[in-house]
Amino acid sequence: MSTKHLELAQVGIDFPTPKGPFRALENVNLKIEKGEFVSLIGHSGCGKSTVLNIIAGLHQATTGGVILDGSEVNSPGPERAVVFQNHSLLPWLSVYKNVELAVKSTMQGKSKSEMREWILHNLALVHMSHALDKFPNEISGGMKQRVGIARALAMEPKVLLMDEPFGALDALTRAHLQDSLMEIHASLGNTVIMITHDVDEAVLLSDRIVMMNNGPAATVGEILDIALPRPRDRLVLADSKQYNHYRHEVLTFLYDKQKKVETVSSHGKSTLKQSANGVSSEKKDKSNSDAA
Amino acid sequence: MSKISTILRFTPATSRSEGVTGFLFQSAPTLLLPIIGLLLFLAIWNGVAKSIDTSLGQFPGPAQVWEQVGALANEHIEQRESADAFYTRQAERNAARVAQDPNYVPKIRAFTGAPTFLDQIWTSLYTVLVGFLIASIVAVPVGILCGLSKSAYTAINPLIQLFKPVSPLAWLPLVTMVVSALYVSDDPAFSKSFVTSAFTVSLCCLWPTLINTAVGVSNIDNDLINVSKVLRLSPLSHLTKIVLPSSIPMIFTGLRLSLGIGWMVLIAAEMLAQNPGLGKFVWDEFQNGSGESLARIMVAVLTIGAIGFVLDRCMLSVQRAVSWDKSRVLR
Ligand SMILES: Nc1ncnc2c1ncn2[C@@H]1O[C@H](COP(=O)(O)OP(=O)(O)OP(=O)(O)O)[C@@H](O)[C@H]1O
Ligand SMILES: [Mg+2]
Repeated sequence: MSTKHLELAQVGIDFPTPKGPFRALENVNLKIEKGEFVSLIGHSGCGKSTVLNIIAGLHQATTGGVILDGSEVNSPGPERAVVFQNHSLLPWLSVYKNVELAVKSTMQGKSKSEMREWILHNLALVHMSHALDKFPNEISGGMKQRVGIARALAMEPKVLLMDEPFGALDALTRAHLQDSLMEIHASLGNTVIMITHDVDEAVLLSDRIVMMNNGPAATVGEILDIALPRPRDRLVLADSKQYNHYRHEVLTFLYDKQKKVETVSSHGKSTLKQSANGVSSEKKDKSNSDAA
Repeated sequence: MSKISTILRFTPATSRSEGVTGFLFQSAPTLLLPIIGLLLFLAIWNGVAKSIDTSLGQFPGPAQVWEQVGALANEHIEQRESADAFYTRQAERNAARVAQDPNYVPKIRAFTGAPTFLDQIWTSLYTVLVGFLIASIVAVPVGILCGLSKSAYTAINPLIQLFKPVSPLAWLPLVTMVVSALYVSDDPAFSKSFVTSAFTVSLCCLWPTLINTAVGVSNIDNDLINVSKVLRLSPLSHLTKIVLPSSIPMIFTGLRLSLGIGWMVLIAAEMLAQNPGLGKFVWDEFQNGSGESLARIMVAVLTIGAIGFVLDRCMLSVQRAVSWDKSRVLR
């Protein structure tokens, strides 16, 4: 158990603000095995992106650290590829060139034809071979996200980090991409850490769901193992008791244990008011009780 | 007023009768409206000019100005002819002297006619372009540096803030003195007046380009910067693949502002310093004070405007050529 693939140990981070340092994360501990698919879920602003950015090396943890295959992470690098929420393709490069940029900067020493083959292979993985010479503003949001995934995969990352990769997409496109992602994960076996707001998505895709407490000083609340057999089929799972049990677990955590009124519109005005008065005290209570 | 209304009625009527209605009416807003605006302007100018009497005679209307366009062109042609004649005479004379005495080293004198209007246009254009180019070569890299590095920005910002509001004309005496002190050579490639004007133009072209470039570079989408970090792009590819493409629009906004300001300042500097160029032409005509002077100045004014417009359009087409987003509407 000591030789984990990826380990977050006592990770905490302070953001400098005009009112003094803001402690966004505290004591985040997480161990992830090779090939595992882990989802991070939690209310908006709890610090999911911050965790991901620390793993990516884009933020530096104030306390604790991240260890990948025995060495500490402290700067960004292609072995921890990131798929950004809003695709972040370079709009002035074609689909092919966008992936090429990643391949060129990570696979130096390969021949041109090898590179070309690798680029085409990765674009084929996400079913984008038909749009090689299109520019990002000429393809749909779902296609852009596919290219973003292809670009990340083309770096041959040890860990694939995805920050709400399908957040901006409609339900159908999202379902398609989830299926693609499951296929790719099954065939390549990358370690994947994905942030999501979507409970179904988390249960469908993950081996484990990491549920985060509300900030400030957010930390890992509960971890849920999803023991559904793979390959998973969303239609079959819809009727599965076990699946619905997992869903229920996550929902309970989010809407009962970590109630955050901003995101629960159905609770109405009275709770809103109540929370407006009691946000800070409520949160303090929570972190205390969690620590206990 | 009757004239205006006939113009207004007349224009669409002709196009209809010429049978290209479809095209003309579709492009009406882009083609017809500017023409209407221009004709209106001419009509008002014509009307107003008649009622203004200056000490140099009546204010010139469009007709008188047009006359002077022809006159100025003729002067140029005549000047060229006499220059040609001068050079052929000189060549003949020298050939004769050499034939008489093989040891004679022929003297070549330059023709010393006053520069014509076209010569002045050329001088001004050349000067503004050189000044603008020098400024851009300095301002774009410094702007990029300021945009990329917070410390560079903090270091340079006070200087920018201090010098940006200074009218370059205030620099003119200093520049003139410095140039005459430092730019001493027996056979100067450029005249002192040219160097002074170009340098003054540079001084005012620096700021818009510098500031806009810095803003453009510092506002690059954070996600794209993160992409570059994750890919561990080298500084050079970071610059060429991320920084430059995304700040091109702002850089060009700065360049176009600079060129526009540079052109305005150049004319003023030429007037003030009596350096050759369109500004000197205007000043000379004003001092001249003949009956045609005002019309000739008006020709210069319109020329200055037209050249400024053309320069801006040129920059726009350069921007189109280098910009990655061809679908974007550039103004
Ligand atoms: N650069 C920063 N400076 C100051 N505070 C920051 C910074 N980045 C994030 N924070 C704060 O840290 C907390 C966590 O932010 P983070 O972006 O990680 O949330 P998130 O869980 O990803 O939210 P969402 O689901 O809305 O994306 C927030 O309270 C945010 O205000
Ligand atoms: Mg986020």
